[in-house]
Amino acid sequence: MKEFIEGSMAVARGVAVCRPHVVSAYPITPQTHIVEHLSEMVADGDLDSQFINVESEFGAASVVLGAAAAGGRSYSATTSQGLLLMGEVLFNIAGLRLPISITVANRAVSAPINIWNDHSDAMVFRDAGWIMLFAEDNQEVHDMQIQAYKIGENPEIMLPVLVNMDGFILTHAYETVETISQKEADDFLPPFKPEYYLDVNKPITMGVLGDPNYYLETRYSLQEAIDESRDVVKQVAREFKEKFGRWYGDLIDTYRTEDADTVFVAMGSLVGTIKDTVDELRDKGEKVGLLKIRCYRPWPGEEVVESLKNIDNVIVLEKAVSLGASGMMADEIKASLFDTPHRPKISNFFIGLGGRDIPKESLIKVYNQVKEKPQYNQFVDLKPELLEYPS
Amino acid sequence: MARPRPAGYVAEPGSSKANKTGSWRTEKPVFLHDTCTDCRICVLVCPDGIIFGADSIYDADFDFCKGCGICAAECPVDDIEMAPEVR
Amino acid sequence: MSDTKTKKKRKEKPPIEEPLLAPGHRACSGCGESLGAKLVMDAAGPNTYATCCTGCLEVFSTPYPESAWKMPWIHSLFENSSAVAAGIEAALIAQGRDKDVNIIAMGGDGGTADIGIGCLSGMLERGHNILYVCFDNEAYMNTGVQRSGLTPFDARTSTSPPGKRSWGNKTTKKNLPGIAGAHGIPYVATATVGYPNDLINKVKKALKIQGPKYMQVHVPCPLGWIHPTDQTIEIAKLAVLTGLIPIYEMEYGEVTRVRKIGKNRRPVEDYLKPQGRFRHLFAKGAEAEEELEKIRQIAEDNIKKFGLA
Ligand SMILES: Cc1ncc(C[n+]2csc(CCOP(=O)(O)OP(=O)(O)O)c2C)c(N)n1
Ligand code: SF4
Ligand code: SF4
Ligand SMILES: [Mg+2]
Repeated sequence: MKEFIEGSMAVARGVAVCRPHVVSAYPITPQTHIVEHLSEMVADGDLDSQFINVESEFGAASVVLGAAAAGGRSYSATTSQGLLLMGEVLFNIAGLRLPISITVANRAVSAPINIWNDHSDAMVFRDAGWIMLFAEDNQEVHDMQIQAYKIGENPEIMLPVLVNMDGFILTHAYETVETISQKEADDFLPPFKPEYYLDVNKPITMGVLGDPNYYLETRYSLQEAIDESRDVVKQVAREFKEKFGRWYGDLIDTYRTEDADTVFVAMGSLVGTIKDTVDELRDKGEKVGLLKIRCYRPWPGEEVVESLKNIDNVIVLEKAVSLGASGMMADEIKASLFDTPHRPKISNFFIGLGGRDIPKESLIKVYNQVKEKPQYNQFVDLKPELLEYPS
Repeated sequence: MARPRPAGYVAEPGSSKANKTGSWRTEKPVFLHDTCTDCRICVLVCPDGIIFGADSIYDADFDFCKGCGICAAECPVDDIEMAPEVR
Repeated sequence: MSDTKTKKKRKEKPPIEEPLLAPGHRACSGCGESLGAKLVMDAAGPNTYATCCTGCLEVFSTPYPESAWKMPWIHSLFENSSAVAAGIEAALIAQGRDKDVNIIAMGGDGGTADIGIGCLSGMLERGHNILYVCFDNEAYMNTGVQRSGLTPFDARTSTSPPGKRSWGNKTTKKNLPGIAGAHGIPYVATATVGYPNDLINKVKKALKIQGPKYMQVHVPCPLGWIHPTDQTIEIAKLAVLTGLIPIYEMEYGEVTRVRKIGKNRRPVEDYLKPQGRFRHLFAKGAEAEEELEKIRQIAEDNIKKFGLA
């Protein structure tokens, strides 16, 4: 059904048709509307879930952990400070192999406190063992909820999934969204049936102490599972397309790259702005395209290499900085290309941090700079006057 | 292929019994079977839950007894004595 | 032994079963916490879901591939056994699997009174049908005896050592049962391995009550308290008989029953002296009379407050 709804509602609808047994979350802007919608659905009897109001995001993550360990499909949503507060639990959830799904309404991290969008929050958890998907628009983030469970709950995978959407830019934007009906969802997503879960009829012990004789193999199998989840992410995207006719790419997507010499690389809603920019530049005869990273973890190294094999200039735009190092994604792209015969020039920029507006003009400016010479670790639209110390 | 249950993930209930803590013992309880009133206080207070028996004939499972001496200390009729463990 | 009298006895006493906390676990010899956990679990029975904080209890019971637990059991982190239990309850309800089962969340005094107090408060506030059991050995034992909010006044721990300018831990025990009770929950109880039957009865009683329950079980730690391993029960009893550990029940925030000490009252020195963690108060030339007086006052206050006399 086509509905004109807010991004947060698109998420809530997408989650609700997955029939989560347990939803637990804590309010934080700009995630709050998502869980408000879900709590309303539960209150109205439209969603048959246990909705647990908690005292913190740490508590929310722990509640969904317990719920998943008891065999329940469970959901939470958060952002920024809340995601950081969940941190210890997030690593634990992955280690316990619990396929929970959490939506992150991506937001900058404090200090200074800032409620607007960037990716500084999620990128902290790139090494936590979570599958990390980034949605481009509200239709994609609606559809990503059901895909997330289908990927994570695959018996070969059993991993949690962070579904990322840009705070405010998507959460608070009204768009027309084709919503998934309950019937369609039930056909697509089978009930959660984990092989091992807490049950008095078949007791097991979870969360053991893994000493040096055992711990290493647990990390190995986590790595093995998340590596193999690449195929599952692709397969689920294909199955979704077959059933619903909608396609956003799988691990990656490309836009007008066939004959391109230059491509932008980005994640999230920025992809939409870049598409417009690419169209504009193409109209002027520039051979430019876009590589969208849809799945950041597992890192789609092979797909990135393949899509850059005829490209001379790569422009990586990131909404987070690895302080003291560089751009996380730029570094990973470079690493992926290192052992390949074709090594394009990789320029990288930090953009839109803390919700700084990203107009098309800024992207065109970046493009022109790179055409001149490669750029490294540049902050786009920096205001030099703000960097001067008062005398 | 990833296995849903790799090592280090789930342990079987009660599998600790593979670990024979009896080797820790430097003293052992001797159940005299003399004045026992069948109160089963020793059974109750043994932290490791390894005193078994019936009808005033109780004994420790020495595979596991750590020799703490609580049973002997708490026996109200002094029917358990601690003695050095000789191996 | 085959006379009729014995036969009659046999009928009265059920066969002894292996505890639900199976042997082979690596708790120190004479560990009060392992005794407490054994008693709690056997009182609850096998239809129990258990969650556990990081700490001695978790470490000694679940070194992979071994587990001492015979019921479904999970450890997640140091400070969240209460929230994990809440999630389990929610999932069981959502799946219609919540009938005739118990949920017990466990933690040490550190995991409960300090780092986990937020999650605990949330669990108590929300009305889950869960029993939380705090095993109070009065310090962070698993990490080598550091002080916690439940470490008693003047006790030596590795982070509250007595010295030229210190008599040990500067604070008195946080009133955690009182804090739990202030949530208006139906049942709060203190108990001790010193009185195992009382502990068992309270667990059984708690599990019959719908809603959140909090129990704090005093469990001596021979390693951290520095006492002989066979003295675990004796020391636990002395804690009660001196008035330092009041044993009581609360319903909806009001104290409803207490374990009287009466004529059996003992001087605090009887409890303090056998423990290495208080040895500095009795060292030659220690001049600790003022400190001992403060401890006597703590006991006196408890006795008055709870009417233990
Ligand atoms: C977040 C976090 N901080 C610190 C620790 C280290 N740690 C593990 S157990 C423990 C102390 C446990 O003390 P308590 O809860 O009293 O349990 P006990 O070992 O005494 O039974 C500490 C400090 C940890 N595991 N996690
Ligand atoms: S000495 Fe300790 S471990 Fe051995 S039987 Fe007695 S109480 Fe149990
Ligand atoms: S250190 Fe104390 S609490 Fe920990 S296992 Fe040993 S006796 Fe028990
Ligand atoms: Mg402790």
